[in-house]
Amino acid sequence: MSLAVQHLWLIPALPLVAAAIGAVVPRRARAVAAGAAIAAIASSFVLSCLALSGALANPAAHLAFNFDWFCVGEGALRLGWLLDPLTAFMCVMVSFVSTLIFIFSLGYMREDENFKQFFCFLSLFAAAMLGIIVSNSLLLLFISWELVGLASYLLIGFWFTKPSAAAAAKKAFITTRIGDLGFFLGILWLNNAAGSLLFYDGGHGVLEAATLGTLSAQVTLGGLAVSTAIGLLVFCGAIGKSGQFPLHVWLPDAMEGPTPVSALIHAATMVAAGVFLIARVYPLMAADQALAHAPFHALTAVAFIGAITALLGALIAVAQNDIKRVLAFSTVSQLGYMMIALGVGSWVAAIFHLLTHAFFKALLFLGAGSVIHASHHEQDMRRLGGLSGPMRITFATFAIGMMALSGVPFVFSGYWSKEAILHAAYEWNVSALPLIMALAAVVLTAFYMTRLVAEVFLGKPRSAAAQHAHESPGVMTVPLILLAACSILIGFLGTPAWPWLESALTGTPVEAHSLLEGASLIVLSVLLVCTGIGAGWALYARRPRETAEAIDPVEAAFPRAFAFAAARMKFDELYAATVGRLNTAFASLAAWMDRRVWGGVIDLVARFGEMAGRFNKETDDEGLNTGFNAASEELRTVGKFYSRAQTGEAHGYLRILALGFVVLAILAIMGGGR
Amino acid sequence: MSSSLPLLSLIVFVPWVGALVLLFAPKLGAWSVRVLALAFSLSTLALAGIALCRFDPSAAGYQFAEGHDWITSLNVHFRLGLDGLSLVLLLLTGILGPLSMLASWRQENNPRLLNLLFLLLQGAALGVFLALDFVPWFLFWELSLVPAYFLIRLWGGPGATRAAYQFVIYTIGGSAFMLLGFAALFLATGTLDFTVLSGLASSGALATKLAALGGIWPNAVFFGILLGLAVKVPLFPFHTWLPSAYAEAPTGASMFLTGVMSKMGVYGFLRILWPLFPAALHRFAPGLLWLAVGGVVFGAFAAMKQTDLKRMVAYSSVNHVSYCLLGLFAVCSLSRPSPDAATAALTGTILQMFNHGISAGALFFCVGVLEARAGGRRGIGDFGGVRTWAPLFAGLCGISMFSSIGLPGLNGFVGEFLIFRGVWGLVPWAAAVSCLGLFATAYFLLTFWQRVFHGPKAGASESRFADLTGIETATLAPLVGLMFVFGILPQLLTVLINPLVTSWVAHLALP
Repeated sequence: MSLAVQHLWLIPALPLVAAAIGAVVPRRARAVAAGAAIAAIASSFVLSCLALSGALANPAAHLAFNFDWFCVGEGALRLGWLLDPLTAFMCVMVSFVSTLIFIFSLGYMREDENFKQFFCFLSLFAAAMLGIIVSNSLLLLFISWELVGLASYLLIGFWFTKPSAAAAAKKAFITTRIGDLGFFLGILWLNNAAGSLLFYDGGHGVLEAATLGTLSAQVTLGGLAVSTAIGLLVFCGAIGKSGQFPLHVWLPDAMEGPTPVSALIHAATMVAAGVFLIARVYPLMAADQALAHAPFHALTAVAFIGAITALLGALIAVAQNDIKRVLAFSTVSQLGYMMIALGVGSWVAAIFHLLTHAFFKALLFLGAGSVIHASHHEQDMRRLGGLSGPMRITFATFAIGMMALSGVPFVFSGYWSKEAILHAAYEWNVSALPLIMALAAVVLTAFYMTRLVAEVFLGKPRSAAAQHAHESPGVMTVPLILLAACSILIGFLGTPAWPWLESALTGTPVEAHSLLEGASLIVLSVLLVCTGIGAGWALYARRPRETAEAIDPVEAAFPRAFAFAAARMKFDELYAATVGRLNTAFASLAAWMDRRVWGGVIDLVARFGEMAGRFNKETDDEGLNTGFNAASEELRTVGKFYSRAQTGEAHGYLRILALGFVVLAILAIMGGGR
Repeated sequence: MSSSLPLLSLIVFVPWVGALVLLFAPKLGAWSVRVLALAFSLSTLALAGIALCRFDPSAAGYQFAEGHDWITSLNVHFRLGLDGLSLVLLLLTGILGPLSMLASWRQENNPRLLNLLFLLLQGAALGVFLALDFVPWFLFWELSLVPAYFLIRLWGGPGATRAAYQFVIYTIGGSAFMLLGFAALFLATGTLDFTVLSGLASSGALATKLAALGGIWPNAVFFGILLGLAVKVPLFPFHTWLPSAYAEAPTGASMFLTGVMSKMGVYGFLRILWPLFPAALHRFAPGLLWLAVGGVVFGAFAAMKQTDLKRMVAYSSVNHVSYCLLGLFAVCSLSRPSPDAATAALTGTILQMFNHGISAGALFFCVGVLEARAGGRRGIGDFGGVRTWAPLFAGLCGISMFSSIGLPGLNGFVGEFLIFRGVWGLVPWAAAVSCLGLFATAYFLLTFWQRVFHGPKAGASESRFADLTGIETATLAPLVGLMFVFGILPQLLTVLINPLVTSWVAHLALP
């Protein structure tokens, strides 16, 4: 048991070693880099399974191993890792999905000249994400968190000669860093208030009752409990990393990376980190729930941000034409669902949806990758079409992913996890808004996914690339099949009739409910799914698009709304006009002040010195011109010397200094003699 | 020490002996000059290594102390001593000195004089970090300006004359006030020995004696010394000499100036101003804290507007050294600071001094590489797609950049985290506002990276751009290696300074 905890560090360390190997081997050593990466992540998967079995033996315990990183004064900065069911389930999911994506990349990236670097970065990405998961310290989590940011930067900008990829990489790093600054302040505050950053530390950790009690008892600005304020700051980090409104703008641009990277970002590694973070520090986020007079609860903010994001992402996804962008906005929207679940108090539902979503979103992205690979990097679905014939496996698996995401009832995993979230939102007594927004997003999700499948796979091929498409090789389709199987099976771990996942995650037995409990809500959501799929089917499958240029039926009906959504609701433009302009203005101000104000004062001092020098010269001239011919030669030299002060600006300054020093020294001596 | 070896004198004077050797060997070929100079320069690292082995890390006081009477009529002694702070800076100088020379390896214009000046500069900086009496300390402090001036003036860019001039005059201007302050101190106390003076200060006797001078003198002395140090660091807004001096200096000199000379100022704050004037510093710290925050924020935002890459890195140095002062001033601004927070802030300050030297040195070198390849051009728009041509250079430069951004796992993060952790516990608003600097640093460095290394090949790197040569790799790779070492194992440095910082914090309570 303790063995599993002590060796937990191996789970992130193995991919990290693989990344190091990938970094140092020469560019030709493609097999070494890829082999090391896949072997390492597969071993991590095995270790994760062992860790899971260890964690399930005692699911209520938080087994931690802490150590000193380095000493500061007489204390030390402590880090550690942690094994509990949350860690173990996440490790298994991340390492499994990553393994499949790594294998898929063998085929997808085969022709890329930076193949070896790609696997190096992939390993770093997986290592950093696994590091977040096993951390028992908010500091170690933050360290891994930033490394995830680095790896995403490297991978989004992997095709760095493309200016759009280079810009997208920077945008992702900067946007998430804005959220990270809040997170950073939250860490500082927590460290200062609690004296520790360890989650569990034998009763002294920040997620344990004693500390939480102190934190929620203290009050800070605006009557907020300290724990609420810290929670909100930490949530800023999650907003950035998990692409929540208003920092969601980087996520669609991140599509510039190779498709396996998109799959990794959207399914297993990056965006899941924010949801995981809030689930991990859930006791801290919820510490203020018990306060009767709190003006505001941290989780309320989480629920509303999540609800806005869920609806917003779904609305924008309806009007996108790039396969990967539709999927990207669907991720934004689904992450919103997870945040709703966290906010309304059911972190278990959030993690359940995180797990199911990871499988079907990885499936969808890899399926999209398979399509893109087959059709010579055509991503515009208006120019695809009719791929169900030549690409049978891709089509079948993609359809499973689509149904899982849409929440087609009873068979597909997405249904069960989404249903759990809707039920939790239904029971939330603060506001009904998140539930309403989530239900609206259910229709839209079913609609845009049907549209996507119909446009890409049905109808006729609408370009030469689509016409010549053929099924991808086995190294790409086998991962698809495995992910498709998981997209169905995972759901059964958490049905109301057999809530195994919930009892495993919380460590307390959960009573089974009837499948039909809350039947009205179930009926409603199933009806909404059917409406969405039906509408999509009627508009896009019954009358498939004839040419790539044909106008979209929704666009024909609501041209302005469609254009607004297609332009991603103009968030980028809004930010460029406000935050971006403010930033530039402030930078210009800083540079201007430097030149004119601070530099100007110095110039003024120099000018004063110069004037004194000139005055000196004039008096010298006067005095010498009246006579003293013998000294006239020297005068010329002196005059030249002084006149040079006009260009050098500093001579006079120095002179004044010397003069001042003498005067002050005399004063000092007189003062001292007194 | 049991051995009679004057280790510290050796450390200071061996580089100067090297300079003398070069002076009296005019016939040496360029290659021999470089190797000889490099060997003398490396002596610092070797001797510092000996000091490191014999150093007792559990003690807070001065070790290897040496003392000789010098000018007895004025009670001036030549005293050297070493504690954890000096040792850290000694190591930094030992690392950056030889690497600055390596960075100038290809300089064909009078390599003998160039290396001679580098050795002089190195010796002077070492003297500053080891001297314990004001007179030798001030001599080293001023002597460092002479080689720096000529390095900028003779090997610098087109605006070098003016920049070197401004640099020297401005710094001497500050120093003049400091000299004045110490003259007054001498009048009041009759000694210029730092340890004696700080002893007087902690017992409160120094303040009494200065007060006896009457009038504005107690404050004038404090501000005189403050000004001299503030210009050197530089503390915002006394930094206007810095961008042009760093930008016009040749690459190796920029590395040494930013890596080591800016630390002389911070060292002065920690070694002189703070121990001698704890009460005055406490009184004025709230205002000074604003200046430090100003340096953090304005430095970073001004860097964003620079198109000259060297000026950009120079402004980022203003930002980074301001973190050091931020930590110190935050500690000083409270009369009873929380010991945990104060320990974190002060430890962070010292780590940041070291780490900034490594990262900024590396970044200046990288810009120098770009400049050398592009025939002197170094505008942010003069390049494109360099990573395609030079993957090794891109990789090492990228690591240096992320170290400067403060990415965890690399050295920059540790110091900045500790400073922020400490400052948040002392003066939360200052930490919150300074976060803007963290954001802006990431923004302008990533913009630099995007424009120069990414995108299609363009500008000076359109047709050809050679990857690092052997010498260049030998310059950059050790710095990058150290970024990893001290990012992952900060313990290697903190073990040297922990007792010192603990003793500082224990004596924080003002009399």
